[in-house]
Amino acid sequence: MVQIDFTLDAKGLACPMPIVKTKKTMKSMDSGKVLEILATDKGSTADLQAWAKSSGHQYIGTETEGDVLRHFLRKDGAGSPEETITIPEIALTDFAQKVETDENLTILDVREKDEFEEAHIPGAVHIALGDVETRMEELEKEDTIYIICHSGRRSGIAGDLMAKKGFDKLYNVVPGMRDWTGKTV
Amino acid sequence: MTVTAMTASEVAKKVVNNQPLFILDVRNGDAFSDWKIEGGNIQYLNTPYFDLLDGVEEVVSELPTDRDILVVCAKEGSSVMVAEMLSEEGVQAAYLQGGMKAWSEHLEPVKVGELSNGGELYQFVRLGKGCLSYMVISEGEAAVVDATRMANIFLDFAQEKGATIKHVFDTHLHADHISGGRAIAEATGAMYYLPPKDAEGVVFEYAALENGLEVEIGSSKLEIEALYSPGHTIGSTSFIVDSKYLLTGDILFIDSIGRPDLAGLAEDWVGDLRESLYSRYQDLANELIVLPAHFMIIDELNEDGSVAKKLGDLFKENHGLNISDEQEFRDMVTKNLPPQPNAYQDIRKTNMGQITPDEEIQREMEIGPNRCAVR
Repeated sequence: MVQIDFTLDAKGLACPMPIVKTKKTMKSMDSGKVLEILATDKGSTADLQAWAKSSGHQYIGTETEGDVLRHFLRKDGAGSPEETITIPEIALTDFAQKVETDENLTILDVREKDEFEEAHIPGAVHIALGDVETRMEELEKEDTIYIICHSGRRSGIAGDLMAKKGFDKLYNVVPGMRDWTGKTV
Repeated sequence: MTVTAMTASEVAKKVVNNQPLFILDVRNGDAFSDWKIEGGNIQYLNTPYFDLLDGVEEVVSELPTDRDILVVCAKEGSSVMVAEMLSEEGVQAAYLQGGMKAWSEHLEPVKVGELSNGGELYQFVRLGKGCLSYMVISEGEAAVVDATRMANIFLDFAQEKGATIKHVFDTHLHADHISGGRAIAEATGAMYYLPPKDAEGVVFEYAALENGLEVEIGSSKLEIEALYSPGHTIGSTSFIVDSKYLLTGDILFIDSIGRPDLAGLAEDWVGDLRESLYSRYQDLANELIVLPAHFMIIDELNEDGSVAKKLGDLFKENHGLNISDEQEFRDMVTKNLPPQPNAYQDIRKTNMGQITPDEEIQREMEIGPNRCAVR
């Protein structure tokens, strides 16, 4: 999991308040720290993305839990070129087609051990996000690797870590196992 | 300095009367480029509200002093904030009450004409989305055609006019906006008609709208006659009202024609579209006044804010009616189509009664421009 340093509760607040509060909170944070923002205003996703871009922060992603949106931002994260690597995404539906036609696909599942054991795609390799940094060498840098998690957020972070170490054929499967309807074991 | 609200109705009047207005749209750039308030005499500046949190100084110098300034956002909150900040800098600016949400839902009723025996025909112009709905009123009875989601506006309008809504029609199963037809019929006990060929997936009771159907409004029997004209959808049906007006639905617009692909069957339906436009409509009187279910650009509005033109004029001026080569016509309506309307598949499901999203979600589904035409 990405390390969350601060949480801002903006649930029930209408635009512009989620961003006004986010900006204020980010001001008091140190560079590189991650803020989780809980919001119910649907417009907050597009606005936070655009705001992060214009103000030099890194928009890490958003998870949806019922009516609540959980946004993740890293302060000043977009400032250093290293942090801006974002691996390409593949939609779950397109990915499902690939899984059906090619059994030798390299799939990396970065969820926690118990999530993986409950149900995963046949043949998927398991390295929890927290271990990706130390264990990624178990995979071949030349291979095309499809990275998956529950929603697409952790897999995106794992992909960024791997891309920095020279893996260059990576795809982030979005959303992820949350909406997977194909075979599992 | 005070911050004042401008209602969607006031903005609509400015658009219709071509009055000058400066819009400071404070939504994010994507939202602005997708969809905004359109008008012939409107100037724009798009600066997202989140870039103005530390102060509005940078935009103040770009604002004109010789025309009204309106701050616009999605729902209102941010535009109030920015208007207040401008006010502190000594700039008088209004905000759009209810934001683009209210703009999307605003209907401007325009009287299109008198009918025989004192009847009246009204067009409801939804400026924010380009939808057009109709109400035929005669001797205390009314019929509604292609009503938009905001059913109450039609119910209230009929009541104001002292009319009871007896018949509710949709010319076709809409894909770009949610129909208010069923809700109006339920509220009034009126009959709700849909073309059966469009209604295969419909899960509620409806009356069949078929070629040659005639209904009468009021005691002197003002006539509404149905004319099967497929092509936009396989069930699309037009209406001739009082032998004077032709309600074309999404088959024929003022400056464009309907697209045949929103149910995924462009290749199959293009032949129907051609036959409706080049054969069935050709047999009608040139004097009929065409009243479509959409307009695409603000230039299609007449001076009184209505969208209407004689069929004979359209035969001369509308490019889509003047392509003699069948293959060329086929290519035009099946290739290079504009993007499909936002959420159009969910909108179709909602109109069939298969899903019933709550009001807030229905609003979200309808956000953005309609894209029902090809030019």
